[in-house]
Amino acid sequence: MILLFLLCISLFFAVVLAFVGDWKYAPEINILGSGATFAAGVALAVQVYLQGPMTVGGKFFFVDAFNVYLAVLTSFVSMTTAIFSRKYMRVEREHGRVGPWKMRFYHAMYQLFIFAMLLALLTNNFGVLWISMELATLSTVLLVSLYRTPTAIEAAWKYFILCGVGIAQALFGTVLLYFAAERVLGIGGEALLWTNLSQVSGQLEPTVLRLAFVFLMVGYGTKVGLVPLHNWLPDAHSEGPTPISAVLSGLLLNVALYALVRCKVLVDGSTGTHMAGNMLMGFGLLSVLVAAFSLLRQKDVKRMFSYSSIENMGIATFAFGIGGPIATFGALLHMLVHSLTKSAIFFTVGHASQMHGTQEMDRIRGLIKGNPVVGWSFILGIVALVGMPPFGMFASEFLILTATIKEAPLLTPLLLLGLGVAFAAIFRKVQPMVTGLVPSWQTPLRAAHIPVVLHMTLVLLLGLYMPRFLSDWFHTAVGLLK
Amino acid sequence: MSMSFAAQVNSVMAALILLTAFGLLVQRRILGLIHLFAWQGLFLCISTAIVGYITGMHHLFISSLLTLSFKVILLPYILYVLIRKLDIRRESEVLVNIPRTMMIGIALVIFSYHLTAPVTQLSTMVTKSTLAVALATVMLGLLMMVTRRHAVTQIIGFLAMENGLFFAATSATYGMPMVVELGVALDLLIAAFIFGIFFFHINTTFDSLDVDQMAKLKEED
Amino acid sequence: MTAYSIGSEILQILLLLFAAPAFTGWVRTVKCRMQGRTYAGICQPYRNIRKLFAKEVILAENASWIFRSTPYIVFGVTVLIGGIIPFISVDLPFAATADVIALVMLFAIIRFFTALAGMDIGTAFGGMGSSREMTISSLAEPAMLMAVFTVSLAANSTSLTHMVDVIGHGEFILRPSLAFAVLAFIMVHLTETGRVPVDNPATHLELTMIHEAMILEYSGRHLALIEWAGMMKLFLFSVLGISIFCPWGIAASGDPAGLFLSLLLLVLKLAVLGVVVVLIETGLAKMRLFRLTEFLGTAFLLATLGMLSFFILE
Repeated sequence: MILLFLLCISLFFAVVLAFVGDWKYAPEINILGSGATFAAGVALAVQVYLQGPMTVGGKFFFVDAFNVYLAVLTSFVSMTTAIFSRKYMRVEREHGRVGPWKMRFYHAMYQLFIFAMLLALLTNNFGVLWISMELATLSTVLLVSLYRTPTAIEAAWKYFILCGVGIAQALFGTVLLYFAAERVLGIGGEALLWTNLSQVSGQLEPTVLRLAFVFLMVGYGTKVGLVPLHNWLPDAHSEGPTPISAVLSGLLLNVALYALVRCKVLVDGSTGTHMAGNMLMGFGLLSVLVAAFSLLRQKDVKRMFSYSSIENMGIATFAFGIGGPIATFGALLHMLVHSLTKSAIFFTVGHASQMHGTQEMDRIRGLIKGNPVVGWSFILGIVALVGMPPFGMFASEFLILTATIKEAPLLTPLLLLGLGVAFAAIFRKVQPMVTGLVPSWQTPLRAAHIPVVLHMTLVLLLGLYMPRFLSDWFHTAVGLLK
Repeated sequence: MSMSFAAQVNSVMAALILLTAFGLLVQRRILGLIHLFAWQGLFLCISTAIVGYITGMHHLFISSLLTLSFKVILLPYILYVLIRKLDIRRESEVLVNIPRTMMIGIALVIFSYHLTAPVTQLSTMVTKSTLAVALATVMLGLLMMVTRRHAVTQIIGFLAMENGLFFAATSATYGMPMVVELGVALDLLIAAFIFGIFFFHINTTFDSLDVDQMAKLKEED
Repeated sequence: MTAYSIGSEILQILLLLFAAPAFTGWVRTVKCRMQGRTYAGICQPYRNIRKLFAKEVILAENASWIFRSTPYIVFGVTVLIGGIIPFISVDLPFAATADVIALVMLFAIIRFFTALAGMDIGTAFGGMGSSREMTISSLAEPAMLMAVFTVSLAANSTSLTHMVDVIGHGEFILRPSLAFAVLAFIMVHLTETGRVPVDNPATHLELTMIHEAMILEYSGRHLALIEWAGMMKLFLFSVLGISIFCPWGIAASGDPAGLFLSLLLLVLKLAVLGVVVVLIETGLAKMRLFRLTEFLGTAFLLATLGMLSFFILE
């Protein structure tokens, strides 16, 4: 019941915002909608924590420890991003980059996007999972091109075309999956349900599933931004409005990885081998390395953090590929802290570029002196992002490294190399941005402090202390993904 | 109509779908592309109806009607209106090395045949052999999107891929569950809406729909 | 070997010799009617041939034996081909040699000698025609082979008579592979017989000629033989197409009733085919030479697709 409510809220607010349009309080309605979604998400989480996994709406929806934590995370980050977006978009309007029509569109699509992600997370049906992943792409395509600059249009077109091509492969994989499932579960909608499939995964035809996984991997892997299918990601994440960058990097990538992991569990269950896991490891590690070296060459600040998202998604994918309790636990934690950290960084980066009127790193200077809160939270976010203690990212990367040393020792140096290069690249670029004198072109700004501070506090807390309910959840999720 | 004859008609439809996929690959004129796309949709629709007849699964008739209304009538019409509004009806693009493209296309067909061979062996359905054609159509759509430089052409390639996916669904599994098919159709409709907007944006920003002009976002060294 | 089979063999060759000009005349007549011109009638090619036979042969000073013998070789080989394609009956004494590969090679001999003769005199147009002809044939031949191989896959043999037997007298099956092969074959047919859009048989512009350029230096009975052979080639390609792709009605043995029916059907099919050729010729414009690779590449593609769809779909 709560689950249906959770989904309906964002859909309802999408419609409301489309009608309300550019009313003075539209951003507040947006926050209200996301806040209500978050409240429903928490309620759902409590329910699942107390009662265990359940199916809702005639097996159409399904919650377990794995997706409920992602659903709560999604609704939380979308709420904080809505808060951030209120002030951010106001400044953008003052600069004349968006008009009333675009604002109406922006708000409605924002809620629709959240709806699509929640649907993808909570649905029990692999077909609907595909549909909602596609819906999530489609609802953000026009947000990426919101500013109508040539580069924004190019980025959005790339996003549309490459993700469209990629996700089409995933549909072919889903067809093959259905083909295999139908032979065991019989014809009809029941055969694509995760709850049914996971029970019979051992009986599914391994040859078909192996082929299906290749397609699913290409499809959802494109959306995760795994190298070599990552070309669209830096463009799409850097050209749109910053709130959109924050939710794309922080949330949508998680959802795509979630889909991929669900498929991996089925396929490895069917083949009895570690084939899907190995593929995840390979692509994950490749993404870490390529993204880390690409970080070195970036000039645009949002672009750099988009590459950092590829790198971190690579780490999580790699860890899911290793499998086993420690690595999976690490991966789940990594998804959580990366999401919080990355969106926080995008918030600060958004304000920083508004202050300087550019996204070029060479022209962003003296942040700490110019706006101490933005500057300090930026530097703290970076410290967290590169995996320094005492932040949560340190814990997750430490777990993943431990598991790597144990399970695949030969790959450890490569992973360490990736992490090291990323650390050096980001630090080298960021250090001059925060320190130094305030440049003449910097303008003061009333920044949205609450979301950033909230996120950074959570990341810090997760590094210092893991609450009991969270570790319980993760342990249950690890058990599910075995 | 006997069952085996219906199955033969179905494989002829599969062959025609493959043929139109190749036609799309080498057709220069945009209007011609739209016509070919509509034909492909029609063959797909007939094939779906035939499979529905053979198997007695009535939801396939609905899906066939869905194909007819979307892929044969609505989408080609939308595309036609768009290119008339943008005044690019007579435009044709320069294609380099058609024979090579076609050779790659043939290689893709062989590749899909090999890829789907294990699946086909397991299947007991009358339509199993068309799965390779379905995958080949997807691959050819992909090839079209890679080789062509015009925004409208790329979109038609994208839609042709979607045709191949629908065809795969009917030939491998007698159609996906209804909720999935409807959802995919909905996504397609939204996609059509979006690319329509895109054509206008690209055209006004770049003065043409040639996507080669969009090459600003690169890794600078 | 029965008397019937020898009889049908002789009938075939006679038919080829004397019906070929009529078929060409039919194609020209239909074309003229379709384009709103008047024409001399179906018999005009006969009159042309008779006129040319009556004329004196003029040879270039430096013409070698190749130039002089080519008309006879071309004519002879064409008649031989007519002997091995089973178009009114499958029960032929030459059936054992009626292999498609041999057939394609025989056509290649004709082309080889025509091209040599074109270059023999040393005029610019002859050489140009020869080089174009060889370019085109190197593209057309693989397509042709692929198209016939697709059919022989379905028939499980490269013997023409066997192919006709299986497709014409076996169980009727809708074969997508044959549909592709037929399209490819039509394209090759247009190329090999020098029709629009590849070549224009009625052109007077030397620069656009292909086949005509090679035989520009011939006159008198040499020209008559070559023209006649050209008409037979058009006829042969048409009946070859009919035999392979639409063999229903071709007599299984040589009894007179069957032969008569087969003959009647053949005339009907040829008449229809003539109209189809004209429709294509009227509907299309002649292609630029450089576009021909695309045209024949498409033919090859179609033939290959036919072959693939045989493996995939049948």
